[in-house]
Formats: sequence, structure tokens, C-alpha cells
Amino acid sequence: MSFRDRLSALRANRLSVGRLSALAAGVALAMLTIAPAKAQTTLLNVSYDPTREFYVEFNKAFAKKWQAENGQTVTVKQSHGGSGKQARSVIDGLDADVVTLALAYDIDAIADSGALPKTWQTRLPNNSSPYTSTIVFLVRKGNPKQIKDWDDLLKPGVQVITPNPKTSGGARWNYLAAWAYSLEKNGNDEAKAKQFVADLFKNVPVLDSGARGSTVTFTQRQLGDVLLAWENEAFLSLQEFGADKFDIVVPSLSILAEPPVTVVDSVVDRKGTRKAAEAYLNFLYTPEAQEIAAKNFYRPRLPEVAARYADRFPNVKLVTIDGSFGGWRTAQEKHFADGGVFDQIYQKGR
Amino acid sequence: MSVLRKPSVLPGFGLTLGFTLTYLSLIVLLPLAALALKAAGLGWSGFWDAVLTPRVLAAFKVSFGLSLAAAAVNAVFGFIVAWVLVRYRFPGDRIVDALVDLPFALPTAVAGIALSALYAPNGWIGSLLMEWFGLRVAFTPLGIAIALTFIGLPFVVRTVQPILQDLPPEEEEAAAALGATRWQAFRRVVFPALLPALLTGFALSFARGVGEYGSVIFIAGNIPGLSEILPLLIVIKLEQYDYAGAAAVGVLMLMASFVLLLALNLLQAWMRSRHAR
Repeated sequence: MSFRDRLSALRANRLSVGRLSALAAGVALAMLTIAPAKAQTTLLNVSYDPTREFYVEFNKAFAKKWQAENGQTVTVKQSHGGSGKQARSVIDGLDADVVTLALAYDIDAIADSGALPKTWQTRLPNNSSPYTSTIVFLVRKGNPKQIKDWDDLLKPGVQVITPNPKTSGGARWNYLAAWAYSLEKNGNDEAKAKQFVADLFKNVPVLDSGARGSTVTFTQRQLGDVLLAWENEAFLSLQEFGADKFDIVVPSLSILAEPPVTVVDSVVDRKGTRKAAEAYLNFLYTPEAQEIAAKNFYRPRLPEVAARYADRFPNVKLVTIDGSFGGWRTAQEKHFADGGVFDQIYQKGR
Repeated sequence: MSVLRKPSVLPGFGLTLGFTLTYLSLIVLLPLAALALKAAGLGWSGFWDAVLTPRVLAAFKVSFGLSLAAAAVNAVFGFIVAWVLVRYRFPGDRIVDALVDLPFALPTAVAGIALSALYAPNGWIGSLLMEWFGLRVAFTPLGIAIALTFIGLPFVVRTVQPILQDLPPEEEEAAAALGATRWQAFRRVVFPALLPALLTGFALSFARGVGEYGSVIFIAGNIPGLSEILPLLIVIKLEQYDYAGAAAVGVLMLMASFVLLLALNLLQAWMRSRHAR
């Protein structure tokens, strides 16, 4: 193409861009004048990393239902990232209508900033967690190191991959599951539990900052013998890399991971989106949504849906954060705050 | 009067100075002041309590020590790269020249992932190093040093290159005419002229290394007290919603970097004046 041709092409292009924007402005103006408030609502769902695929599917179903019931188009935008980072964005002013995070502690922090009442977790059924998960082991195909339960993770020569509980919400579930197992086994002996997690973390060669980072370390870098992972992440890894590479091992006892959801009051009241936001979260508890959650490897809360997926989600003894640790605030303070148990196990001579 | 004044490209000294100060305040001073203000919430004793813990001090050693090491490596090898690029013509020299800037352009996280894939025990280079020397690179402090060397390289090359280019050949010719060997001419004539630029490159590479997060986080093992960098501690504190504590570590880094950079600047000024004599 000669220079002159290129120039005229460029000009033509610019012209069309100009026309397009004029057209867009016209359409926008028309929409403003014809359709008052009713035509469209936009919601922002601020979530954590591994829920992306689930919410893409769920948002579609919700938009369809909302359209049918209210004749209104609703667009749900998604924001994903580390759970704590997402919470900080909301505290710092990100306009989230709803938050769907990895642990209640992160929503507690938003509540502390005044954006929503501190009793938020009682507003929806099941601790405001419409779906759950648990912590399982992902091991290499055939389980060459014969890892069956938490005790096997302490054996010399076994490398355990888990993210850093100080930076990753998911990793806190891992750590607490190990702690709960030791308590159960040793008749609630706290000192033994501390020794147990200390020994476990001696077998951890890398502390990635997030759950996805650890998954990459284990699956792609081929490092380690066992990955401590959310059940849904473990299933995603099987789906992604092939079931011929990894096996999922379910330990004898684990923790019930409850990713909570709630409406951000200060935002929905300002934007006038409360009705849609509340409908959005309530929809999570319906059979249709529970089915989508189960398909995306989250454990559904509704028994009839859970029954259909029983072979996917084996029965395992699960402790809860409220039952065994007195809630997230207490657990956070004791284990993960500066100078907490996790810091202590790294201080004495490594 | 106005005829005598040296004409300037930008109009109005007052206007441009005003702009400069406002711009710097908005872009640099205000954010730094906000950082200091957050940290100030702790008070003096609170600040030192937050900063003088074994864990922060260990991370301080890792961040500053390895950044200095990486900057030193870059000073030596960046100098050689700059020398070759300026003094020799060879096929593909333009491409090599462009390659130097890649660490600037690459998102640091991508660099980190690429480096850790390469140096992981099953990576191309990592597996060989493991086999031949039993050396573990990824997920150790050595891995951090490699990431910091990678991102710091362009600073040395790009500061030394133009000075080397502008070095008058007459000086070297004169040295040769007076009977100096090539090594003497380099050591006595060329190198002193380049030293201030080299120091600048060293300082920039060091400063970049201290603040680096993205590329390091993937290749470091992030084990507390061993391979944990200061920026990671800031992230950890933020993850606990400890804004003030995070700001305190930030201020500590800023203070240390400032002192070191100031010292390097003074050294440089002193060397310039000595060379100009």
C-alpha cells in the first residue's frame, strides 16, 4: 500500500470513527429521552479469584429471571482478585453492590469501615454462604507417596504446597483444617496442634502469595507431592490438566469452607439498586443456582441438589469455623495476626 | 534587557517553575506525604515497634542485600554490554540493543513467571543447574537475586551507553600517542569518565530492586525470615487490614533508599568534580 493510499485509508477511518461516535451519542440521547430509569440496572459483584466461571453462568441465569419478572435488563459486572485485596478495594471506595468473598473476615473488615451492619452474616440463610467447599489434597496420579490423611503430610520427604496464610484467604482454611484435625486426634491439646502445623509447614518449600499461585507451582512447576486446595480448585485442576495427571484425596476430617455473600448497604442505597442486589443474592439459594454451583464444583446447600451430586462430593467429617474456632475474628486474631501462632511457628529456629 | 536574556524554549520562567513544583507535588510529594501520614498514626514508638521485628529486619536484609548484589552484577555486566554495543559493529547489533529494553517493557509479573518456569527444578536452566551443581535457584534467595538482576539491567546499560558514545576519541588517541597501553588508556582515561554514569546506573538498578514486587514474588520461596522481601511484608500487613503497619514498612524502605541514593549522589558529584579538575 502506498503512503498516499494509507493516508486516505486513515482519513476514511477517522471519518467513520467520527460518524460512529455521533451515532453512539445519538443513541445514548435517544435512550435517555425515551426510556426513563426502568430500562437498565447494572450491578457490580466483587468476588475472589476462582468464582469467575461460576458467576459468568449464574449472572446469565439471573438476568434472564430478572427480565422475565420485571421486564428490566440487568447487567452484572464481575470483579475478581484475591479476597483480601478485593475487600480493601471496597473499603477504599470501589462501588460494589454485592460482595462474594472467600471468608467472612474480609466482609467483617468492610463492615468495620461502616459500609454495612456488623450483623451482616445473619441476613441470609446458612451464615450468608449459599454454597460451600472444603479442603482436600491434590496428589500426583497413583498417589506415589501414599498420602491418605493429614498425618502423612508430616512424613519426612513429603513436600506440601500451600499458599501463605498471611496473604491468602484460602490458605487460612488449609491451615485451620490441619489444626482442627490435630485437635480432634489429640483430644484438644493445643500445644500438640501447634507442633502439628509447625511440622507440616516444615515440609512446605514455597509459600505462594495466592491459591492460584500454589496451583501453578504444583501443577506446572511439578513441585511438591501434595497440594492443599479448595475442593473446587482441585476439580478445576483435574478438568484443566487432565484426570490422568492428578488424584483427589479426601482426608478423614476437614473444614467446612463457607464463602459468604452480602449486599453493600452504603453502595446500593446511594445507587438505588438494593432491590436488584438483594434479589441477586437470594437467587443464589434457588435450585437453579444451586445446580450451577454444583456444576462449578461448589457444594450446594440444598439437600435435593446435593443428593444429585453425591458421588462428586463424598461425605467427610467437617468442622466449622464458628464451632471449632469461635468465628473468624477470633481465629484471625489468634493464628494469623502479627505475632500469632503462624508467626510463632516460623520464629523458632528454622 | 529582554534582548540580553537567553531565549528559552518554554515561555516564562515563573510559569514553568510553578508548573514544575505543582506537578511534582501532585505526582510525587503528595502520595509520599500520604504514606508518611498513614504511618504517623502509629506514633514514634509504634512505628519502631512495627518496624523493628526480627521478621521485618530479615526481609530488610533480603531486599536491600540482594538488590545491592544484583546492582553490582548489573554494573559489571551492564558495562560490558554497553561497551560492546557502542564500540563494535556486528550483525544484529540493533536487535541486541533493542533487547536490552525488554525488562523495562515486560510486565514484571510475566517476567517473574517466565523466570520461575525457567529456573524451577524442572525448568530448562533449573534442571541443568540442579543436575550439574545440585544448585536450587527458584524459590531461594538466589532466585530473588536473578529476578532483580533481570529487571535492573537496562538501567546500567542505558546510563553508560550515551556517555560512552560521546567520549571524545581524541583523549584516547592522545593517551596512545603518549605511549599508554590500551589497558592503561582504559583505566586512566575512559573508565574515570564513565564512572559517574556507571554509579547512576548502579543506583537506579538498586532502587528499582528494592521496590520490586511482581517479578520476585513468583520466584522467591517467600519463606518468613529466609526468602521474604519487604514489599511482600507490606502486602501481608495490608492483607490484615493493618494500613498503618504497611505504611510504616513503606516509610522505612523509603528512608533507607533515600539515604543510600543520597550517598551515591554525593559520591558521584565528588567524582565528577575530581574528574573535571
